Amino acid sequence: MTEPRTARRVLTASPGREGPLLEVDDFRTHFDTADGMVKAVDGVSFSLERGKTLGIVGESGSGKTVLARSIMGLLIGSNVIRTGSASYNGDELVGATQSSLRALWGTEMAMVFQDPMTSLNPVMKIGRQITEGLRYHLDIPKDEAQQQALQLLDSVGIPDAKRRISQYPHELSGGMRQRVTIAIALACGPKLLFADEPTTALDVTVQAQILNLLNQQQQERHMAMVLVTHDLGVVAGRTDEIAVMYAGQIVEKAPTATLFAHVRMPYTEALLKSIPKLEQPSHTRLQIIGGRPPDLINPPPGCRFAPRCPYAQPKCHSEPPPLQEAETPGHVYRCWFPVGTAAGREALERNLAHHVPAAEAAVTGNAALAEKVELVTELADASGGGD
Amino acid sequence: MAGTGTAHLRDSDDVLLRIEDLTVEFHTSAGIVHAVSGISLDVREGETLGLVGESGCGKSTTGRAIMQLPPPTGGRVLFEGTDLAAIDGQQLREVRTRLQFIFQDPISSLNPRRKVKDIVAEPLRIWKRGTEEDRKARVREVLDAVGLDPDVAADKRPHQFSGGQCQRISIARSLVLDPKLVICDEPVSALDVSVQAQILNLLEDMKARYGLTLIFIAHDLAVVKNISDRVAVMYLGKICEVGNPDDLYATPAHPYTAALLRSIPVPDPTVAMVQSGLLQGDLPSPIDPPAGCRFRTRCPLAQERCAVEEPQIRAIADDHYVACHFPIVGDSAPAAATPVAVGSAAP
Repeated sequence: MTEPRTARRVLTASPGREGPLLEVDDFRTHFDTADGMVKAVDGVSFSLERGKTLGIVGESGSGKTVLARSIMGLLIGSNVIRTGSASYNGDELVGATQSSLRALWGTEMAMVFQDPMTSLNPVMKIGRQITEGLRYHLDIPKDEAQQQALQLLDSVGIPDAKRRISQYPHELSGGMRQRVTIAIALACGPKLLFADEPTTALDVTVQAQILNLLNQQQQERHMAMVLVTHDLGVVAGRTDEIAVMYAGQIVEKAPTATLFAHVRMPYTEALLKSIPKLEQPSHTRLQIIGGRPPDLINPPPGCRFAPRCPYAQPKCHSEPPPLQEAETPGHVYRCWFPVGTAAGREALERNLAHHVPAAEAAVTGNAALAEKVELVTELADASGGGD
Repeated sequence: MAGTGTAHLRDSDDVLLRIEDLTVEFHTSAGIVHAVSGISLDVREGETLGLVGESGCGKSTTGRAIMQLPPPTGGRVLFEGTDLAAIDGQQLREVRTRLQFIFQDPISSLNPRRKVKDIVAEPLRIWKRGTEEDRKARVREVLDAVGLDPDVAADKRPHQFSGGQCQRISIARSLVLDPKLVICDEPVSALDVSVQAQILNLLEDMKARYGLTLIFIAHDLAVVKNISDRVAVMYLGKICEVGNPDDLYATPAHPYTAALLRSIPVPDPTVAMVQSGLLQGDLPSPIDPPAGCRFRTRCPLAQERCAVEEPQIRAIADDHYVACHFPIVGDSAPAAATPVAVGSAAP
């Protein structure tokens, strides 16, 4: 498998710079809607080194996809308000013009989207969709671009690339289409790849193939990757660091092994415990998180997870916890009564003694109780938060 | 993979549903789609049967064919001793009151213009069960059972609820006629993981409370294991392997089951990622499925015999059945191309 020439060309073209490749600081993306300001991303900070992988995990509505798209500058519209800072290789992306962003897209940063059917043009042959970027960004002559497209299709594991290159997307299976979108994203040798739920639309056997392909390409190209997913299983084996998002904020961030071994944030713990696991015997009672995520127009005034949290105390409903450092370097969390500490244990015991629905639902797995949590959440929403 | 054969069917008296040689074909302009090709299954009263497989394996089609939606092309569906394929009209409608269905997308399966109390009461009204008062009381009871406060929920419309709550409403509607068998087609795959656990636990609770028998169709192996008493793995319209979940997951005998289990990403960074033994390629077309074993084109253990002879389902352990000429026995992984001796584990 030969490395496409484009990758080398771009690497030599832009000299390396010290420091992280991507630095995001207090980054916000709000949507001005008729109902109010939707705070989809609300104060996110992280940095990503060259060649490393950051996993961003969260449920629907947590802001993970908006975060990735907003950093790349793909959200356009007069109602999108981006503040804070996101700098790529020293260049500020917030407030950058479309033309300066266009110079970064493809050659410096690229994205693989969730649904390979809608992200490909159905009426354009796949070869042309790959060469389009090469011709536009790198100004490569047509014949050479065609040769590179063939190599790329080969390198992403598409058999019989010569035939495939002149086919249309509908002639390919879902897994093949996702390989094509990866080939397009990699064509101009980006140094940062955003993969937004790249395998969610695919079957599990194909998912494994695509994740391995992404990892292999990343290593060969020394490319940094932001892997956005709702599946903790997908990020566990394939990332250096994981950020867990809830209601527009990072609630816990740690090196991958640390996150799984020393969970501090109750939300992360609850997510891990609510997933059915293969090694558990059948009919294992699952732990559940009651209620549902908060309204992002009027998030709860304290901790955003407090209305659903088994550990929540009065303080949690009024004072938003800051991101604080755990013992392990690089591990931060947003909680007043963290899991695995004496304060956390006491808080949970207190809640169980007082029959707080969120705590009882988590411990007993009682699904009816989970709805009571939801009612409490709704009441809190209606009264402008707090309870 | 083949899977014809009935070795795994049980002859006890408490079998509620028995499918024999079920075949579903669709005629399209491109040819005949062989969606389900001669599968046999049974479900005992009070049992949960998990049907698992990837897209296109025929699991949802099987669920619908049981309900006669549409009626299967061939085979028998015996529910409480009645062959559903042989009856129609009013008789079939009466049987369907004891046979309910929960769909994947909770929001599109509820009429957006109707109030929750009317959606849940509709089956009772159609069957003229009890008085208006009885019906109201019954609706309140099932709403309460699925964890929705009847005073709050009854007068709202579906768009005022989250996906998880809508799935609770669907479950309430399916329970209101007191069914014997509920077929759940991917009931949690449209939901977030935190809500998924709520619905799985709720189904277990409802099963215990109302004495239900479930057929649970899903693509997520961990979810299916959690809820099932017996699991059937399907591939391209055939059954590969049937067994109790703990044995089937611990010692998968079919190369497809083994590959499927290996492909699942584990939420634990200390577990090494699997790079080898993964399936290559894609599902063959159901219009022109491979001859012999349907899995042979992607099977790491395939031999000449697999192309010419379709394997029959046979027992390899207590309540563990497989349709494969070269099943995996003991700890031998299917990564090597050396198949185990034929029939070494046959009864």
